[in-house]
Amino acid sequence: MSAKTPSKLEKIMAAGHLGVTSECGPPRGSDPEVIKEKAELLRGCVDAINVTDNQTSVVRTSSLATCIHLKMMGMEPVLQMVTRDRNRIALQSDILGAASFDIHNVLCLSGDHQSFGDHPQGQNVHDLDSMQLAWTVRKMRDEGRFLGGDEIKRPPQMFVGAAANPFADPFEIRVPRLAKKIEAGAEFIQTQCIYNIDKFEEWIRQARDRGLTEKCYIMAGVTPFKSAGMAKYMKNRVPGMDVPDEVVKRMSDTPKEKQAEEGLNICVETIQRLKELEGVSGFHIMAIEWEKKVPEIVERAGLLPRPEVE
Amino acid sequence: MIVADKKPVEEIIEYVKDCRKVLVLGCNECVTVCEAGGKKEAGMLASALRMYYANQGIEDAQVDERTLERQCDHEYLEEIRDIADQYDAIVSIACGVGVQFTAEKYHNTTVYPGVNTCFLGATEQRGLWTERCQACGQCILAYTGGICPVSRCAKRLFNGPCGGSSDGKCEINKELDCAWQLIIDRLKAIDRLDLYEKLFDIKDWSTDRAGGPRKVQREDVQI
Amino acid sequence: MLRALEKGADGVCIIGCMEGECQFKTGNLRARKRVEQVQRLLNSIGLDGERAQMYNLSSSDAPLFARYAEEMDERIRGLGPNPMKKKKNAA
Repeated sequence: MSAKTPSKLEKIMAAGHLGVTSECGPPRGSDPEVIKEKAELLRGCVDAINVTDNQTSVVRTSSLATCIHLKMMGMEPVLQMVTRDRNRIALQSDILGAASFDIHNVLCLSGDHQSFGDHPQGQNVHDLDSMQLAWTVRKMRDEGRFLGGDEIKRPPQMFVGAAANPFADPFEIRVPRLAKKIEAGAEFIQTQCIYNIDKFEEWIRQARDRGLTEKCYIMAGVTPFKSAGMAKYMKNRVPGMDVPDEVVKRMSDTPKEKQAEEGLNICVETIQRLKELEGVSGFHIMAIEWEKKVPEIVERAGLLPRPEVE
Repeated sequence: MIVADKKPVEEIIEYVKDCRKVLVLGCNECVTVCEAGGKKEAGMLASALRMYYANQGIEDAQVDERTLERQCDHEYLEEIRDIADQYDAIVSIACGVGVQFTAEKYHNTTVYPGVNTCFLGATEQRGLWTERCQACGQCILAYTGGICPVSRCAKRLFNGPCGGSSDGKCEINKELDCAWQLIIDRLKAIDRLDLYEKLFDIKDWSTDRAGGPRKVQREDVQI
Repeated sequence: MLRALEKGADGVCIIGCMEGECQFKTGNLRARKRVEQVQRLLNSIGLDGERAQMYNLSSSDAPLFARYAEEMDERIRGLGPNPMKKKKNAA
């Protein structure tokens, strides 16, 4: 695959390197310093930074504004967009807005249901779904046209991504679903956090069999556990999360003061094992409110230094 | 059918507490089936209001009850033509359509809603009604195995399921079936999983409420 | 039930067959639900919901019937006369 956009992330993976992304959740306030501090922790150790879009349906500074801050810091943002809060007019408008700041990556999501957030009485939009949003960005970029058909002057140049959960039910359609996302226009995929490596390998194998890993960069998602409690919570409370018993046991069997370190060990081991897996093009490290540990994970996993591309 | 749920009596009392002559107007259609606004419920509400007034020491209050075949048709609503204006208020326990049509027809009479109109649904079992249709105006059930993602998926995804589907249940509520799990099971049962592979086009919502108040006009039956 | 209370009855007691033994299968269960509905309705208009009661009884169990009747009587005496009756008498 050769790069079609100015996206650094795309160029790195197109050159055959493993891409590395992490994420930055915007603050629940308007202080730009919070964003800058978080982003600085990631400088030099990742190729691009995802900026979440009101994740878990809790109001935060907008993803677009935060992406602009990152851009002005000389970093590469991935604009996350959920279809929960905006209709096709607002989505396309924000895509243009992002493009006007030369933001070159977008991740198309449906978003958590608002009942999980701080405004459960709100309306949800879902004018488009995540696949249709990916399709929309591709149409805007490749045809230079809005959904309505009119021409776009200076169309967006965006590397289009989507999320995939290899562990959600029903398992039998997880790969056909990936195929649909790619057909819709997704060029890279960031997966749900991987703890059940066997199941993930099975998913990748099926995707390879269908030729999907040739059409799309799959970035494996990882999240380090901070504690045994977090492992249990993820296993039992987070929908669509697959944490095998032995992983929870490994965390629980570790003395409390060593659990954070053990969580990092598991994360690094996961990356090391998946690095060798054919069809994995990179890693998406979601260190939830633990950004400062990302450089260590990247280094220990042997992913430094990050490649330079033109 | 249109499924409605009873409003709390306290709320209805709040509407009519200063009235002296009230008509409780039931409807024999959907709201009778969902036990929210039929003849029985009209009788109970009227009786409760009478006792409320009596208990407040209001001696001259009059609460009558009447149940029409339908409140969404001119001909049945005409049945109260001669009496409607005698009342300070009509409490319609029909769906929102009935309440509005009654109000339109009897322009000078106050009409209050006595139920909350909820959705288009089915009786799954006695006392349990669940949503099946959002009347989006462009039915796609042919492609989704007869199960509607617009009304049954919490995010109305056309290309579902989302990552929150777990053991066949929706992420927002463990008791709620994941619509896309149902669709996939059903497509499998009718040997049409090929339909799942097809990317669903972006929906034209102009036939939904987004397009403004809708109408169906049929010249082939209009006189 | 409501009619009787509206007309001034101090209490209404519905007696059904033992649960599971209804000749109409679920008639007695539905009756219980109705009584509970009426209780809630009475409470919400400021009357005592306890004025409506549901009992289940086998047709041959006269002593139990007598006990329920006494229980109901005691309950109603405790609540005092139905306010509807006072209003009627005053009028």
